[in-house]
Amino acid sequence: MGEDGESPKINHSFLRDYVTEADVISTVEFNQTGDLLATGDKGGRVVIFQRETESKGDSEELAESGEYNVYSTFQSHEPDFDYLKSLEIEEKINRIRWLPQQNAAHFLLSTNDKTIKLWKVSERDKRPEGYNLKDEEGRLKDISTVTSLQVPVLKPTDLMVEVRPRRIFANGHTYHINSISVNSDGETYLSADDLRINMWHLAITDRSFNIVDIKPANMEDLTEVITAAEFHPQHCHLFVYSSSKGTLRLCDMRASALCDKHSKIFEEPEDPGGKSFFSEIISSVSDVKFSHSGRYLLTRDYLTVKVWDLNMEKGPVETYQVHEYLRSKLCSLYENDCIFDKFECVWNSSDSVIMTGAYNSFFRMFDRETGRGVTLEAWRESSKPRAVLRTRRVYTGGRRRRGDVGVDSLDFTKKILHMAWHPAENIIAIAATNNLYIFQDRVNPEAQ
Amino acid sequence: MFSKGTKRKFSDGDDEMPDESLVSAKVASSYSLQRQSLLDMSLIKLQLCHMLVEPNLCRSVLIANTVRQIQEEMTHDGSWQVVESFSSAGQSPSDRLVATEVLCRSPTSGREQDGEHKLFSVISYDGCREEEVVADETLCSVSVGDPSSNICLSGGLGQRWERGELRGVMADECDEACEDSRLGPGEEDVDAEEECPTEEPKSVGQVFGTFEIKNGSPGPDSALEELFSDVDASYYDLDTMLTGMQSSPKMGPYDLLDSLAPSHAPPSIAPSSNCRSDLNELDHIMEIIVGS
Repeated sequence: MGEDGESPKINHSFLRDYVTEADVISTVEFNQTGDLLATGDKGGRVVIFQRETESKGDSEELAESGEYNVYSTFQSHEPDFDYLKSLEIEEKINRIRWLPQQNAAHFLLSTNDKTIKLWKVSERDKRPEGYNLKDEEGRLKDISTVTSLQVPVLKPTDLMVEVRPRRIFANGHTYHINSISVNSDGETYLSADDLRINMWHLAITDRSFNIVDIKPANMEDLTEVITAAEFHPQHCHLFVYSSSKGTLRLCDMRASALCDKHSKIFEEPEDPGGKSFFSEIISSVSDVKFSHSGRYLLTRDYLTVKVWDLNMEKGPVETYQVHEYLRSKLCSLYENDCIFDKFECVWNSSDSVIMTGAYNSFFRMFDRETGRGVTLEAWRESSKPRAVLRTRRVYTGGRRRRGDVGVDSLDFTKKILHMAWHPAENIIAIAATNNLYIFQDRVNPEAQ
Repeated sequence: MFSKGTKRKFSDGDDEMPDESLVSAKVASSYSLQRQSLLDMSLIKLQLCHMLVEPNLCRSVLIANTVRQIQEEMTHDGSWQVVESFSSAGQSPSDRLVATEVLCRSPTSGREQDGEHKLFSVISYDGCREEEVVADETLCSVSVGDPSSNICLSGGLGQRWERGELRGVMADECDEACEDSRLGPGEEDVDAEEECPTEEPKSVGQVFGTFEIKNGSPGPDSALEELFSDVDASYYDLDTMLTGMQSSPKMGPYDLLDSLAPSHAPPSIAPSSNCRSDLNELDHIMEIIVGS
């Protein structure tokens, strides 16, 4: 996907259109096949979308008609209260992670600041009919009316999606959970808060192993926090966590039980010329993602996305400017707290394209092969269903083209923080405040 | 968001603050202005934790690091020179002015009260300095060779910043031992009186002197911890600030125990040290001290 010309065509559906604060989407995640898409919001709800499959003639044509429709909605977390600290615990869903599917049911982990829950999503489309002792409404029959025996049969009914909590992993974290990641072994997962990372077994809720603890003995010495963590996609003993100082630490759980000592630390040396009071803040990594291949890491800090090679610790192999024009505005962005916004970043399925969000409902895609980036907009007024998503530009000097947006006109309240890329195809889900946009690339539906 | 009400352009820093009275003639460069305004902004951000939900620890840590960075630079710059700041009557917040005033008054009074009183020997200024300096002091990790020096005064002065906001926040009973190592509470308590500016230097010095005695000898590098930790009323207590405790009467065991560890009495009092500077407790103690 280069600039202009090859913008993906859109099939965009407005799946949520609320305006209340509780409906602000806080996380988006495809499952491993991409057929299911889960979103979590600030109100603690999870909405699962399912891709419709439609048969066209003898074969299923997913590319043309694979729209996502609501599959199930449930309340995952409720607001809570920490009595010890006299503080509320938000019900906002910070992360959702799907488990690899093992049977007909789907499992996902959802977490708020303190508690992780494992949900089972199962379908029921048959029900037994013809009980001997109960009638259709379930009332007990009068025995004297039963004259013969019948065998209950399963009859198809309307599809019912049941979601039940299967495990609740509570009291594992003192600080706010920012990440969860399912291990490739399919049995364990990690949860990371600001200062600690715990490893859980999916079947055990009353115990977790603390594998990283960066809390200083004296809280006043605290200068660095954990911002994100993820397991390696193939190696079940490796995980990475990022910090507010812009470092990445790769840890090997085989080395010791407590992985405070990293196996590798990835850090870019500071540019002495560009040092300012905001240098540290903008170097804070807001998201880290392993590539599907497991060879690279993708990180997002305030102004850039960087690709790191696991074999090279001294610096990223690629750096892409997301919105460099904001560098001169850092003081104002600090004042209005925008500088602390945590943007996510994602790989496409073939690790050839990376994507991240920005302000003004813009999001950016970078083609790693050409090194070029494109700015797109998730805003309903500028696009109609099945319209081509046109590229946008922020005017930073030079010749101004029609449609360019000036830096001072950017709407900093419209931030694209959360997004997901389909695991196999060029379908992306973008959360824009309380709206969810799903874009599909019709030109190149399959990843190159 | 910035409480001063200053109109800020996007490319801020070039404009001078409307209330120029804040800036001394000696600190003329716009960089210093910018830096100062950044410091002010950061301190205010750290204060604004009066929410029901725990504040974002990452954000708090980043802001605190920025503050440290600024104050380190200001220390190296020697930007804490004497400035005739407190002739500036039109300052906002007036707390700063008060703080400066007290700071200026204390050297004489403090030393009268207690020969060992080294409040200001720690900060090697000559009396009055501008409020920014006061604010910076509180964050400065002044390493004092003299264990008897006590910089809680500056800590307390720094607390004046958010004195108004912090009032009424603390309601817990604090262990006396908690306050031993904190001059802050006492100072803050003193500050808490509305008539701060007109306070008798004598009583201020008394307070400090008394608290210092109770305090024993804090380690030379405990100054920073003291400054930081005595302010559950102030964001300087990073622990409480970072964990959003200051809006709540009770502190969680984890954080308090940790933060209190270095400068506090033996663990036996740990449970009660869970409640930090409590204004009521401070008032009570102050009454005892001053009243006697």
